[in-house]
Parts: sequence; C-alpha cells; structure tokens
Amino acid sequence: MTNPPRSSRSRQVKSVILRALMYICAGIACILLVFLIGYICFRGIPHLTWQLVSTQTSYIQGTIGILPNILNTLYIIFTSMIIVVPIGVCAAIYLTEYARNRVLVRAIGFAVETLTGIPSIIFGLVGMLFFVQIWGLREGVLAGSLTLVIMVLPTIISNTQESLKTVPNSYREGALALGSGKWHMIRTVVLPNSMDGIVTGCILAIGRITGESAALLFTAGIGLELNNYFHSLQSSSATLTVALYLFAGEQGEFDAAFAIAVILMALTLGLNLLAKFAARKLKRGEE
Amino acid sequence: MPDIIETHDLNLWYGEQQALYDVNVAIPKNRVTALIGPSGCGKSTFLKTLNRMNDLVEGCRIEGQVCCDGQDIYAPGTDVNQLRKRVGMVFQKANLFPMSVYDNIAYGPRLHGTRDRARLDEIVEKSLRDAAIWDEVSDRLKTNALGLSGGQQQRLCIARALAVEPEILLLDESTSALDPISTSKIEDLIGELKEKYTVIMVTHNMQQAVRISDRTAFFLLGELVEFDRTEDLFSMPKDPKTENYISGRFG
Repeated sequence: MTNPPRSSRSRQVKSVILRALMYICAGIACILLVFLIGYICFRGIPHLTWQLVSTQTSYIQGTIGILPNILNTLYIIFTSMIIVVPIGVCAAIYLTEYARNRVLVRAIGFAVETLTGIPSIIFGLVGMLFFVQIWGLREGVLAGSLTLVIMVLPTIISNTQESLKTVPNSYREGALALGSGKWHMIRTVVLPNSMDGIVTGCILAIGRITGESAALLFTAGIGLELNNYFHSLQSSSATLTVALYLFAGEQGEFDAAFAIAVILMALTLGLNLLAKFAARKLKRGEE
Repeated sequence: MPDIIETHDLNLWYGEQQALYDVNVAIPKNRVTALIGPSGCGKSTFLKTLNRMNDLVEGCRIEGQVCCDGQDIYAPGTDVNQLRKRVGMVFQKANLFPMSVYDNIAYGPRLHGTRDRARLDEIVEKSLRDAAIWDEVSDRLKTNALGLSGGQQQRLCIARALAVEPEILLLDESTSALDPISTSKIEDLIGELKEKYTVIMVTHNMQQAVRISDRTAFFLLGELVEFDRTEDLFSMPKDPKTENYISGRFG
C-alpha cells in the first residue's frame, strides 16, 4: 500500500465538505429557532403583566387586557373539540372497521387529504359565507368553532384511522372468535389500544386551533369584550391569535402583541409536551 | 359416538379462486380430529368455515351445508356470535389482548353477560386449570398477559377459548410456533380436553396427528382425499395420494 488512489482522496475531501455543509445547515436551523424564541421572550416577557392577563381592553382607560381573548381561545377549543372529536372518531371507525366499499373509502380518504392542504383563510371565507351569511349565525365562538371543525376534522379522522390501523388484526380475530359482536370488539379491544394515537391527534388538533387566526377573523370576529361562554357563542370574540393580529397590525401595540406571542408559544410547547406525555402514558402495555 | 359436525357438498371460493371442492365429512363428538395436508390445501380454510371466521374474508363465498348438531350454521338468521361461542378457536399465533391474564380469560364470559365477580373468579380459575396453566400463572393474574412466554401465551389462548364453555375447539396450527416442550404440554392438554370437548386441529406435523388424534382428514388441493381413524389412515391408507403424502413423497 503506497499512496491511496486519487479517486479515494477526492472522495474523502468531498465527504469532509458535505459534512461541514450539513453542520452549517443544522446550525442555521438551530440558531433561527433560538433567535426566534429568544427574541419573542426578550420583547414579550417584560410586558407580560398581571394586568394584561387579568383584565379586558379598555379604550377609556387606555389599557390593554387579554383576559377575554384567553377565554375566547378556551371557548373555541372546547366548542370545536366537543363537536369534532365524536364526528371524527366515528367517521374514522366507520372507514377503518365497517366500510366495505373500497371506492368510497378511497374517495373519502382523498377528500380528507385534500382538505388538510387547503389554506385556512379559505375555510374562514367559506365559514363566513356559509355559517354567518346563509345560516344566519352571528359572528362569534359558535361560527368560528364550526369553521374550525371543518378545518381540523380531516386531521382527527386521519390520525384516528392511522392509530386504528396499528391495532393488530389478530386482536380483532381473537375477540370475534370468542363470539364478540363487531361493536363490542371495537369498544373493548380496538379503541383502548388506539387511544394513544387518538388522544395525540386531538391534542395536535387543539394546537392547530390555538394557533389559527385566518379562519377565525371573519367567523369568530374581532370583539375584545369580556363575555361569558353562552353569550360569546353569538357575539364577536377575538381569540389570542386574532388579538395578536389586531394589536400588532391595526393598533401598533407591539408590546402587547409580543406578550401574547409568549403566551401562545408557551401554550404550543405545553400542548406538544402533553401530546408526547399522553402518547407514552396511554401506550399499550407491551413488554 | 355421534357426529357433531357434518358437511354436505361444501364448496368455497375466495373471489374467483375455488378453495374447497365438495367436502363431505362427519366429525365425531368428543374426539380429536386432525386435518393434515400440504400448505394451501384448504385445511385451514375448512377449519374456519366451522365457526364462520371466513365471513371476515372479503369475497369469500360458500355453497353447501355445514351442520353443527344438525343445524345448518350458514342458514339465514344464524346468530354468528352464538355460533362462535359454541365453536371456539385458537389461532396459529397467540393473540392475547394487551390486558392482564385475568381480563383476558374473563373477556369471553363478560362478553356473554357474566358480571358477578365471584363467578368470574371461578370461571377464570377453572379455565386456567383446564388449560393446565393455573400453577404457572395463579400468582400473576394481574400482570400483563403479553409478558408471558410464547408457550404460556398459547395455553392462555386455549384457556380464554375454554372460558366461554364451547362445545367444539378449533386449533389452527396452534403449536407450530412453539418450542418442543411447550408443544408437548399442549399435546397432553388436547388429550385431556377431548373428554369434555370436541377438538378439531389443523397440523403440519404428521407425528403430532398420529400422537394425539383419533381421526385424521387428509386434504389435497381443496379436496378431502381421505378421512378415517388415525391409525387406519396412517397404517393402511386407501388412497395412493394419501400414501404418497404420509410417506413423505411430496408436501
């Protein structure tokens, strides 16, 4: 063995360059993330006061408070989930466990996939035209939630379907062979073993609802008053993200906007952690 | 012994593919009947017609009659769930649910309406004793069943099937994935089970058929070639195809 051949030499050089490039790309990604989080915290945390989160905006006193928006966000999450989870889970169960018509299943699957990719402003537009104009709902939590139901339904359906499919067929056969009816089998064997995926899907859907603004602008509205739940259903109610848009875009209140951003970021982080935790906690007990 | 299962001109298709041809057989009660034959010969398919598990296969079509205690189980209006309670099944691979040992065994009785705790305890113990695994798991009833060894899991599957008090037990190559010791335990168990149950088992292992079965049915290419007392079938097969198979000339 004397000198290594040229080709091997150049390959080594290439590999060093490539590795350096990959390190740089990964570094850029990390730096961007750290910078973004750091900047938002730096700008937002000083303005995250008790007054901000515990009062409502008052033009007379000239103060900004986002308590109504925090509540509206919770209202919308609650209303959307209470509608979308039963529909989505049942639809997924039907598609995975019952439907025999392959063409129909594929057609629905395709529709679900396509719905996932539609920009959310379009859901907002349709929601406004359909729920507000045609159905005659007032702008409010109800119209906003119904719009979000349409938006996250595909996510819930496909997540649930995926996790139903991970339940081994042998479990189904085992239950049926003992004389179980189909629904009993689904309830006692399939659902408990896909709960982790279903719950994770729901939490991710909540994350999407929390972060949504475009679809809510025309449907839930931009109202900043403090309302109780039932009143807010039919009265214009801005969520945190919409409020962020309003404060930053319309009123130039960047301090409040950054404070909201901090809250939203913390919420997203919390939901993601919760999703991970739930998935691990509910994971079926295989050794 | 009276016959518990009779089939009359049973034909079965998977889509366009015919898998069983005119099977006529009468299986005696309280005996062990082995179904043998090369892979793809229809023996598992035949077994699954007996508790209608083939209903789950898309495009599966059946003609002819399968009578259990004189009643056609494919007649309209048959309660498939009740049928499967009477005709239990143990699969090739253990398919316990990811629950505790106790809940696995109690799944069937609970399903069929037993709620009383003391009664359930009784059934669980009896089933585990019948499946000869009580001594091994009696102190682990609350642990996850999937933590047990393969052989124990398969015997738990048998116990789970026995817990609904079936009349017939179908075993679909239930020892093929097990080590020799577990296999011999299950074989011993099958020998005891026939006092109370009718056992019908698919096996790839001809020695196993000889060791534990009373009757043997030989399937080839979807046809029932020969059905006879096990010792007769293996010592003096009437059909040359059977002779070729059992002497190892093909399959």
